[in-house]
Amino acid sequence: MTAITVELNGVKVVDDVEPRLSLADFLRDRCGLTATHLGCEHGACGACTVMVDGLATRSCLTLAAMADGRSVSTLEGLRGDPLMALLRRHFHESHALQCGFCTPGMLIAARDILQRHTRPDDKTVRHELSGQICRCTGYANIVKAIVAAGQKMPQEPSPPPPAATSQS
Amino acid sequence: MKPAPFEYIRPKSVAEASVALGRRGATTAAIAGGQSLIPMLGLRVALIDLLVDISRLDDLKAVTETPDGVWLGSLTTHSQIEDGKTPDVFGGLMRRVAGQISYRAVRNHGTIGGSVALADPAADWPCCLIALDATVRVVGRSGVSVQRVADFIHDSYATTLTTGDIIMGFDIPAPKAALRWGFAKVARKSGAFAHSIAVVTAAGKDGPATVVLGAAGPRPRPMAATANQLAVPATTEEQLRAAIATDLDANFEGLDAYQKRMHTANILRAARDMRTQ
Ligand SMILES: Cc1cc2nc3c(=O)[nH]c(=O)nc-3n(C[C@H](O)[C@H](O)[C@H](O)COP(=O)(O)OP(=O)(O)OC[C@H]3O[C@@H](n4cnc5c(N)ncnc54)[C@H](O)[C@@H]3O)c2cc1C
Ligand code: FES
Ligand code: FES
Repeated sequence: MTAITVELNGVKVVDDVEPRLSLADFLRDRCGLTATHLGCEHGACGACTVMVDGLATRSCLTLAAMADGRSVSTLEGLRGDPLMALLRRHFHESHALQCGFCTPGMLIAARDILQRHTRPDDKTVRHELSGQICRCTGYANIVKAIVAAGQKMPQEPSPPPPAATSQS
Repeated sequence: MKPAPFEYIRPKSVAEASVALGRRGATTAAIAGGQSLIPMLGLRVALIDLLVDISRLDDLKAVTETPDGVWLGSLTTHSQIEDGKTPDVFGGLMRRVAGQISYRAVRNHGTIGGSVALADPAADWPCCLIALDATVRVVGRSGVSVQRVADFIHDSYATTLTTGDIIMGFDIPAPKAALRWGFAKVARKSGAFAHSIAVVTAAGKDGPATVVLGAAGPRPRPMAATANQLAVPATTEEQLRAAIATDLDANFEGLDAYQKRMHTANILRAARDMRTQ
C-alpha cells in the first residue's frame, strides 16, 4: 500500500492505496465522486478527463499514487466555477447531450479549450475535441455549445477554483 | 483494464532510480508520463514487480539552449514543446510535431523520453529526432553513454537500453542555417497513431535535404535517394516518385501496393510543404 495525500476539489484527502489503483478508480470507488466516467480505460475516449495541477488529465492513465501531493479537480469540484456554469448553460441550451455518459469529460475538456483559446472557432473546437468520444450526439451540438460559450466568455481567464480548506 | 499488482517507489535521485530499476530477481519499469505504460499494464502486455516513478526527478527536466543546439530533458512533455516553452531553433518543426500527438490531456503528461524509450514504430518523436540528427544521453550502471537516436532504436519497440538505464535527455543540434521543413502524417483520425509519418528537412536554401519515413516498418528510416533527388534543382514529381520507390524497396519489407502509394503520397506532401518555405 502507498500513502497518498491529494488536494481533491479543494479538500485535503489522505488515503492508503494499492499502487495499481488508477486515479479514476480512486475518485469513483474510494471518494464516491462518480461524475468522472470510465469508457475505455486506455486513454482513447476522454470520459475520465479531470484536472491535475491545472492540466487536463486522463484519470485512467494516472495512478492514484502518482497524484500524491497534487491538486485534483473533478466536475463536482467545478460546480461553482463561472466558466463551467457558462458551459453548462450552453450545453443545456444547445442540447449538447443525449445519454450524458460523455458529458463530464466533455465539460472538463471544453473548459480547458476555452482557457487555452480565446473565442475558438468551429474548426479549433473540433480539432481540440478529437480526444473526447460521444456515441450519441454526432458532436454538432457539443461543438455549437462550446463555440457559443466562447463567444460569451469574458476576455480575462477564469479565476482558479475555490481555495483549499483542510479537513483531516 | 486493471493492472496486476506491483510495488511502487518514487526515488529521490536518478542514481537511486537506476539502482532500483536494477533490483535483482525483479521485473522493473520506470514510469514517466505513464501514457503508454499504464495502458500496457492494464492490458497486461507488460507485467512488472516494481514500478519506479521517475516523473519528479528535476535532473530529467532540464531544458536549455546549448552552444550547439538544444538540450531537452527526457521528462519534457509534448505540451511543453507544443506551447513553445522549449527553445525553438527548428523553425517550428518540433512544435508542429508535438501539437498533433494524441490529445491534449495525453500531451500534458506524455514525455519525449518515454516516447523514444518505448520506440513504437508509429511514434512521432523517433522520426522527428532522427531527421534532426539528435543524440540521446543514457545513464546506467555502466556510466553515461551518448548515441544517435538513429542507432539507439534498432527495431520495433527495441532500443539499446538495458536494465537500470535511464534516458537523461536529448541533444538536438541547431541547423547550420534556418531550417526548412515539411511534416505529413496519415492517420485514421486526428490524434490516433499514424499509418505513415514523413519528416523532410533542409538547412537554408541550398542545404542538403533529409527525409525520414516512420510507421512503414519496425523503425523510422532515412530515405537517402529521395533526399538526394530533392536537392537537385528543378526536380520533377516523376523523378521524386522514382526515388521514393527505390527508397521504399531498400528500407522496408513487405509493403503492399496500397501502402506504397500511401507512403509515396505522404512523402510528396511533406516535400511540397517544405518547398513552399
Ligand atoms: C490515446 C493515445 C494516443 C497516442 N497517440 C500517439 C501518437 O499519435 N504518436 C505518438 O508518438 N505517441 C502517441 N501516444 C503515446 C504518447 O506519446 C506517450 O506519451 C509516449 O509514447 C510515452 O511517454 P510517457 O512519458 O507517457 O512514457 P511511459 O508510459 O511512462 O513509459 C513508456 C516506456 O518508456 C520507459 N521510459 C519512460 N521514460 C524513460 C526514461 N527517461 N528512461 C528510460 N526509460 C523510460 C518506460 O519504462 C516504459 O517502458 C498516444 C498515447 C495514447 C494514450
Ligand atoms: S476512460 Fe480514460 S480515456 Fe477512456
Ligand atoms: S451523450 Fe451519450 S455518449 Fe455523448
